[in-house]
Amino acid sequence: MANKILVFVEQRNNEIKKSSLETVKAGAEFAKELNAEVEAVVVGGDIADFNSIAKYGVPKVTHIKNQDLNVYTSSGYAQVLSDFANETGADLLLFANSAMGRDLSPRVAVKVDAGIVADCVGFTFENGEVIATHPVYAGKALTDVKINSPKKIFTIRPNTFNLGDAADATAEVSVKEVDNVNTSVKVVDITRASDKLDVAEASIIVSGGRGMGGPENYAMLEELAGLLGGAVGASRAAVDAGWRPHSDQVGQTGKTVSPNLYIACGISGAIQHMAGMRTSKYIVAINKDPEAPIFTIADYGITGDLFEVVPALIEEIKKG
Amino acid sequence: MKIAVCVSHVPDTAAKINVGADEKSIDKNGVSFIINPYDEYAVEEALKTKEALGGEVVVISLGGDEVKETIRKALAMGADSGVHLKKEGYFDSYATAKALAEELKAQNAEMVFFGKQSIDFDSGVVGQMVAEMLGYNSVSVVVDLKIEGNNIRAEREIEGGKEVVETTLPAVITAQKGLNEPRYASLRGIMQAKKKTIEEKEAQTGDSRVELLKMRKPAPKAPGKILGSDASVVPELVRLLKEEAKVI
Ligand SMILES: Cc1cc2nc3c(=O)[nH]c(=O)nc-3n(C[C@H](O)[C@H](O)[C@H](O)COP(=O)(O)OP(=O)(O)OC[C@H]3O[C@@H](n4cnc5c(N)ncnc54)[C@H](O)[C@@H]3O)c2cc1C
Ligand SMILES: Nc1ncnc2c1ncn2[C@@H]1O[C@H](COP(=O)(O)O)[C@@H](O)[C@H]1O
Repeated sequence: MANKILVFVEQRNNEIKKSSLETVKAGAEFAKELNAEVEAVVVGGDIADFNSIAKYGVPKVTHIKNQDLNVYTSSGYAQVLSDFANETGADLLLFANSAMGRDLSPRVAVKVDAGIVADCVGFTFENGEVIATHPVYAGKALTDVKINSPKKIFTIRPNTFNLGDAADATAEVSVKEVDNVNTSVKVVDITRASDKLDVAEASIIVSGGRGMGGPENYAMLEELAGLLGGAVGASRAAVDAGWRPHSDQVGQTGKTVSPNLYIACGISGAIQHMAGMRTSKYIVAINKDPEAPIFTIADYGITGDLFEVVPALIEEIKKG
Repeated sequence: MKIAVCVSHVPDTAAKINVGADEKSIDKNGVSFIINPYDEYAVEEALKTKEALGGEVVVISLGGDEVKETIRKALAMGADSGVHLKKEGYFDSYATAKALAEELKAQNAEMVFFGKQSIDFDSGVVGQMVAEMLGYNSVSVVVDLKIEGNNIRAEREIEGGKEVVETTLPAVITAQKGLNEPRYASLRGIMQAKKKTIEEKEAQTGDSRVELLKMRKPAPKAPGKILGSDASVVPELVRLLKEEAKVI
């Protein structure tokens, strides 16, 4: 049961994140299924255009502002969001399961006295109740859960809701100025590894393992990923060898990903690797060992030398 | 300084997971358990903090009697004492956080370490919830930590980069891989751990808010197509990705 849904929309550098738009889309779907109201809230920043939020189904947007909110502060964001949720009477809150969503949502849960289920990968609705699917044991099992407390928070794994087409819509934005922001925890600097897309957010991942042979050979994976608009991932063997940064590691002790397409090149498919990527919608495996376990979960496999297959794939895609 | 670290007892990462007959928990037959890998970084950081600033390290774990094994592991690494909060069966993140927060309040710990995530229930929320319950500051998914006097400077991992966060004690830190290299327990450490005390208490979890309806295995994937063994099948692969899968 829910009457009012509130979607937290994350901005970084004044840009609205794609994973948040997916959460907006989820909010619109929840509202329809539960016959509830839905609105969105953005904290901090200078946003030129809120219409993308309306276009994915939630026209009503509140922008909470204060100069101390422009960069992320978990203490401040938790405070203003909880206050806003209480004012509006929101009883179901949605966050993307992003670095910010994961940091913030548990604090908000305690402040507004809500039950929380993190990292949901699917929802069903039964008699006005939300049943969430939450993977456990690194995706080796799934749980179907519901929240029994009056207030509920779900965080949603990126790529769970496909954005699809945007409708033509205009946001109704109200600005809410707040004061006395609690900045006891404050981000003072952000260092970007680069401007590259993070594997956790990419909808296409080209991933390389020990079979890549060395760091220099990732250039062809970068090229392929670039052509497909995706990101490059790695197995732990490649990360431990120092070929790729840990932030690219996919798997149980790396990132959990569920892109639309995961291309595994020279990766054997150890249980800990598969744990992090098995929910990918389509998996392609390129491995010269036909017995490699990765083929047991691949939709399409090529049992050949990646140094021939990957360049051919690049050429074929360039043909358009 | 009183330092606490919360550890959970989880199946080995290589374990095959089967759902038990109750359809609400795993079949523990043949599954070996370990200290949650992220909690190992948390223990290491707690020990390093003690070595730098003085104080004592208490290890806390919530669960059935089996979690004592994981407490012992942390004691063998060098923690001073342990607390076992007893509770069998299923409890959610809120209940876990509640019981841990109650104990941490009693312990009056100024600095509390967690793992960024438990690899059994994979939520990544308990540390931040405990911080909020205690009114402590928190930084999650930390890969670098400096404590000077009352001030904390931590680096946390975010998408495509890192955030540098400043805050003050008392605080909760959740550890990510990269924060440190956990030490091995020495033989001497293992012997000493046997003599250290583990206090037992009933866990004050309160009620779970999340109800586990069913645990199940993911639907098995239909066997995929092996297209061939060399680059000649690449055009076919691209066609399938475009027309069948519609992902490029
Ligand atoms: C606690 C723990 C946590 C772990 N967490 C993770 C994790 O998060 N992520 C992770 O990935 N692993 C993790 N591992 C490690 C995991 O067990 C494997 O060791 C690792 O995934 C192997 O990486 P790989 O597939 O790249 O290497 P390998 O297993 O060595 O496989 C290399 C593959 O490349 C193929 N190959 C070689 N040359 C070519 C060529 N020219 N063309 C085509 N194919 C070729 C080979 O046939 C082979 O199958 C973890 C392990 C432990 C114990
Ligand atoms: N049963 C438990 N006992 C002690 N600490 C726990 C327990 N469950 C979780 N934690 C701590 O909370 C962190 C995050 O867990 P989770 O939110 O379940 O992913 C873990 O890395 C542990 O540090």
